[in-house]
Amino acid sequence: MSDLLHLDVPFAKETARSLRAGQRLLLTGVIYGARDQAHLRFMEALDRGEDLPVDLHGQIIYYVGPTPAPPGRPCGAAGPTTSGRMDRYTPQMLGYGVRGLIGKGKRSPDVIAALKKYGAVYLAATGGTGALISHCIKEMQVVAYPDLGPEAVYRIVVENFPVTAAIDCKGDNLYKSGPAKYRR
Amino acid sequence: MREISVELIAERVAQLCQEANFDLPPDVLDALKKAKDREESIQGKRILGEICENAGIAEEERVPLCQDTGMVLVFVEIGQEVHVTGGPLTEAINTGVARGYMDGYLRKSVVSDPLNRRNTGDNTPAVIYYDVVPGETFRITVMPKGFGSENCTALGMLKPADGLDGVKRFVVDAVDKAGPNPCPPVTVGVGIGGTADRALLLAKRALLRDLGSSHLDPQVAALERELLDKVNNLGYGPGGLGGRVTALALHIETYPTHIAGLPVAVCINCHAARHKIWEWRGQEDE
Repeated sequence: MSDLLHLDVPFAKETARSLRAGQRLLLTGVIYGARDQAHLRFMEALDRGEDLPVDLHGQIIYYVGPTPAPPGRPCGAAGPTTSGRMDRYTPQMLGYGVRGLIGKGKRSPDVIAALKKYGAVYLAATGGTGALISHCIKEMQVVAYPDLGPEAVYRIVVENFPVTAAIDCKGDNLYKSGPAKYRR
Repeated sequence: MREISVELIAERVAQLCQEANFDLPPDVLDALKKAKDREESIQGKRILGEICENAGIAEEERVPLCQDTGMVLVFVEIGQEVHVTGGPLTEAINTGVARGYMDGYLRKSVVSDPLNRRNTGDNTPAVIYYDVVPGETFRITVMPKGFGSENCTALGMLKPADGLDGVKRFVVDAVDKAGPNPCPPVTVGVGIGGTADRALLLAKRALLRDLGSSHLDPQVAALERELLDKVNNLGYGPGGLGGRVTALALHIETYPTHIAGLPVAVCINCHAARHKIWEWRGQEDE
């Protein structure tokens, strides 16, 4: 379980299904950054029957609102934000076809049910390590909703981005099973 | 009577905002390193290692510790013998915040209206508290407060009959409900007494104490130790993925209250317990 698994992103549906809570991964490839306000706009677009401004089928969404890139760097600090705020939107995003989510913190029973239903996975990055994670980010650019500033949609190229599978498609939940071992 | 100019204040606030976001206070880093030594969970140890490494990178490369560079809380202590010259003080503080967040490439996370949610673009306004104190000093504490932890704040208007046991239950329950969300290992600030608003302010100010310092009242200090133990027994651990160290410290502040009430407030800080203080004593600083 402690072995590091190198994974290209986005990954296939079978890969998403094969991941197990507790597994440590190093992600390399392309992911998309989106948080509160971008999700709200995604919902409005889907409700109107429109396409999303970026094709997110089979993609991984990273809940992030980065700091502005200082000169000479691809990005500033870019750690995960609290995922629970996106719980309201996530079942619909998974129904749309998003394959994985990266954030930090617990998820609602509805999200866990949707992960099981659609065979998707929730990955945890280490909260509060935005400077460290910025070293894994090779490129970052705004691809939708630039008016939202830090809440815009970002295309992010990552290399060996360390995450832990937190909730898998069977509903196993490291945020429950991990603390349970140490609770007294 | 000593005079301090708003220009100097704005300049220092700008500097404090940047330093607070780049440099983890030494007492916090020390507490994190000690936590790493005693954490039993291998995963927890690894996460604490990442957190310490992150602090080194932020300090060296002048990149923020966390992408949530916060809404800025500013605590101002103005000696009553000090005269602020050159313009309105609140404006100067906000000018400093805007400058610090622009120059430091810090994230602008403030929206002008909680309902229409339009970003103000410069991270102002700050939330500012003024205290007038005796003497000739002027002291500013800047605390960029992230909202992952701020959203975990709890206020309980307990009944006097709920007593000490009720207070203990409320505090532990608040940290339990927060779980992994506020980026543990956290610092817990507890305010007991006063009015509802005062209890919350006490809890927030409790986060500014030197990490792990004890309350001067031995009874309160004992309660701090007991509650810290209870909170750590919740098992959340670093990153909330399980472990022994859920909180680095728990600080309590109290205030007299009304015969009918027992307000208790809990404020939580993430492991990056950021703050920076500047104290002006006169010309040597100009």
